[in-house]
Order: sequence, then structure tokens, then C-alpha cells
Amino acid sequence: MSHHRVEVNDLWFVYPDGTEALKGVSFRITHGECVAVIGGNGAGKSTLLQHLNGYLMPQQGDVRVGDFSLTPETASAVRRSVGMVFQDPDDQLFMPTVMEDVAFGPLNAGLSAGEVEVRATTALERVGMVHLRNRPPYKLSAGEKRAVAIASVLSNMPDVLVMDEPSSNLDPRGRRRLMELLRSFEHTRIIATHDLELVVELCPRVIVLDAGRVMADGPAREILGDEVLMLRHGLEKPHSLRHHHPH
Amino acid sequence: MSAGAASFLEVGRLDELARLDSPIHRLDARAQALTTMAFILVVMSYPRYEVSALMPLFVYPVCVIAAGNLPVLVLLRKLAVAAPFALFVGIFNPLLDRHGVMTVGAISVTGGWLSFASIMVRFALTVSAALILISCTGIHRLCAGLEQLGMPKVFAVQLLFLYRYFFVIGDEGQRMRRSVEIRSSGSRGPGFRVYGHLIGHLLLRAMDRAQRIYRAMVARGFDGEIRRVHPTQPGWREVAYGVGWLAFFLVVRVWNLAEKLGGYFSESGL
Repeated sequence: MSHHRVEVNDLWFVYPDGTEALKGVSFRITHGECVAVIGGNGAGKSTLLQHLNGYLMPQQGDVRVGDFSLTPETASAVRRSVGMVFQDPDDQLFMPTVMEDVAFGPLNAGLSAGEVEVRATTALERVGMVHLRNRPPYKLSAGEKRAVAIASVLSNMPDVLVMDEPSSNLDPRGRRRLMELLRSFEHTRIIATHDLELVVELCPRVIVLDAGRVMADGPAREILGDEVLMLRHGLEKPHSLRHHHPH
Repeated sequence: MSAGAASFLEVGRLDELARLDSPIHRLDARAQALTTMAFILVVMSYPRYEVSALMPLFVYPVCVIAAGNLPVLVLLRKLAVAAPFALFVGIFNPLLDRHGVMTVGAISVTGGWLSFASIMVRFALTVSAALILISCTGIHRLCAGLEQLGMPKVFAVQLLFLYRYFFVIGDEGQRMRRSVEIRSSGSRGPGFRVYGHLIGHLLLRAMDRAQRIYRAMVARGFDGEIRRVHPTQPGWREVAYGVGWLAFFLVVRVWNLAEKLGGYFSESGL
């Protein structure tokens, strides 16, 4: 299916203060792929993600999501097909109850009350959080918040899921649950993260960003296992790839 | 739980109250908004030395609090938080306006004190009415209702954001205060200069965060339209509620009930 495809061609972005955040980024992600975008702080990950759901517009180059090339006119269609999970769930959950938060997207899409209800409930079931439907989001635990934030995006039925640091602030069990959940999705997934162990387990493909450029793009184990490459771009070879002998 | 989160919950109490279920909560937000507006207008329309005639108006907040199952203490606390503002507005009246307007026993009461008392009573009435309105509707439903009443969409959305970001700024402020406390190691804290920097910083941080929240809303298709899962339609209950209270306000405004009642009792020799 072509609408699950994300294509970035020679994307440039300079902030008003003159910081060159993206300097000719290009890649192509096809249907159902799970791709990690890694890189040190300030490598351009956040700027790139903000282009993927049309919050920032390309200054030069092109972002294609599905059949749409990103322009101010197509931004709302692009946002409908790309679900964005923010780094801090507190930024994402702003309605008085979990249910209303998850229903926010479908309501804005103009669905009927019945449909909205079904969508929201299905999304909450998917992440195992239906029992929290009437709770205010700010009272949940970090893991629950993360799950609800994901549900609030799933209820829009996006084709592509973009996640910024999905495992940050989670305890080991919460992180494990999140990984199971992410593994179970059939969406095209783009995950920006510093959690390289998560990348090893979830993502067959990795894109390395540094100083606004794509430094490497290929199979995860190959790239993450390349110690020289990783160190050069402010990263580290993950522990699980260090020891090939059994413990 | 962090101090920031704790204060957040305290402010968020109104949101929590708005989720209660009571005959008042089930009313359409429009009826409640209109009634509250009428109430505030009536309170404001009294002459400045009026105190006793305002008293019967307390029937309105008391009835709605009772019917809405609202916790009186929580509302009183919120009222107390806002009280200093009213206090400042009225505190100079007794100094400026010193001619006696009435005597109670041997004591002559000056116009200043009387108008000060009037300001405080009006403050208690209007602010409690506003708090009750938010506690019975929730800001989201209220804004949607106001928009349906014909308030321009821009204002309704502004109001909604103002309320949301109020929490955000409070939260950021708490966190910054904590970090200042931690590093001032028991001393009385930094001088005004540092606070100046802190406030500037707070504004920038709050703006950043507000930006992220807005981005999250836009990402999920927010286009400036406030939508609700279960929109309510006003029916005869709403009409009865509004008309009933309006009639009461008018009766109180036109006839000074407190005086009439007092006169009745003294005439009948009670």
C-alpha cells in the first residue's frame, strides 16, 4: 500500500537564529517498516520529526507521506495519516479525562458520536487501558500516560506512527510493555530514540543523523555494531552487541 | 508526588468537580452560563453603599452548591485565594470616604466602610458564582457553550487556552521554585534580581511548553473548533432553570427583601 510510505528528499531546514538543523536529509521508508532514527543531542532528530507531521514545512527539498507532498495545503491530510507520539505525554494529554483525550482526534475528524466512542474504546483496548477511561490523565503513572498517549494517536487510525523517545521515563517493566506493544503494531513506525537496546530489539533498520545529515542508513545490527561509526557520531555500541560469547 | 504535581491537582480540583454527576451538572452549559451572567449583572447593578439588599442573593450560590453536591470548603478556599484582590480594591475606601451615612446603636458607620463592605459582598457573590459555573460545567463544556451562545470562536478558544496554560505555568513555576530552594541551602533565598530572571525564564519555558501542547493539538486535527463527545441540547429543564433564577434575581433587585422581611418582623412585634 503506497499510503504507508514516507519519503524525504534533500530536506534542508534553518532556524530563524541561523542554526542549520537539517542539511540535505534523504531517506525512503516503505510500508510496515520499523525504523529507528538515532543521533546525539542536536543532531536534528526533533526537527526532522516535526517535518513528518507537517508542523514544520520544508524550506528546501520535499517530504512525501503516502500520496501527499507536504505543503501548507496538504498538511492536514498528512497529519491524519501520521500519528505523532510526543516525548512528554503531559504535552500530549490535555483533556479532562482519558476518554475525552483519546476521542479528541476522531472528534476533530468530524465523526459521529457513536463512531468516536467506538474508535476511542478500541484504541484504549489496544493499549490495555480501558479501565482508566474516566480518570484524569495527569493522575496516571508514567507508563499509563505513555500508553494513553499512544491510544490517543491510534484512535485517529494513522498509517504511520512517529515516536519521539517512547521509552524515556519508563521503569523496566513499563519499558518492556511498551516494546511488546510497539512490536505488535503493523503500522509503519519511525522511532527517534537514545535507547539503543530498544532499537536492537525492535527496529531492523537504523538511520544515523549527525549535524543535520544522514551519516548511515541500513540494517540495525550492522550499524549499531560498528563501534567506530557509532563513536564518531556521539553514540555507543549497545551492550547487547558487545558480547558475542554466552555469559 | 512532586510539589508541582500537587499544586496542579489542587488547581485541577475544579476540573474534577466538573465531572461530578448532579441535576445541575446535567444542565446544558448555556443555561448555566446565561444564569451566571445575569446574576453577576444584577449584583453589579446595586448602588455602592448597598449591603443588606445584596444578602438575599446568597440564596443562589447556596442553592446551586447544595443541588450540585459541591464541596463548600474547596470553594471557600478558592474564594480566599482571590480575596486579597478585592481587599486591595476596597481597602482605601474607609480612609477616603469618612462621612457618616448611618448609625448602628452609638457607632456611626462611614460611607467608606459601607462601600468597602459592599465591595467584599459583591466579590464573594460574583466570584463564587463564577467558581460554581466552572465546577458544574468544566472549562471545555463551558467554552463550547459560550461559543454556541454566539461568543466569537477566537475568544472561546482563547479562554480555553488561558485556562489550560494557567496549569502549565503553575507547574513550571513550582519546579523552578523548588530548584531555587534546593540551591539556596536554607538561606532566605535570592534577592529580587534573581526573581526577575526567574520570571523571565518562566515565561520562556511556559511559552515553549504551550507551543508543544498546541503542536500536539494540531497533530490530532485541532482546527479551532471545540467539539464534544456528547453535545447536550437545551430543553425545558434548562429554560425552567434560567427563567426561575432570572425571576428570583428580578424580585430581589426590585424589592429589598431583607428590608421588607425586617420591616415585617418588627411590625408584627417579633
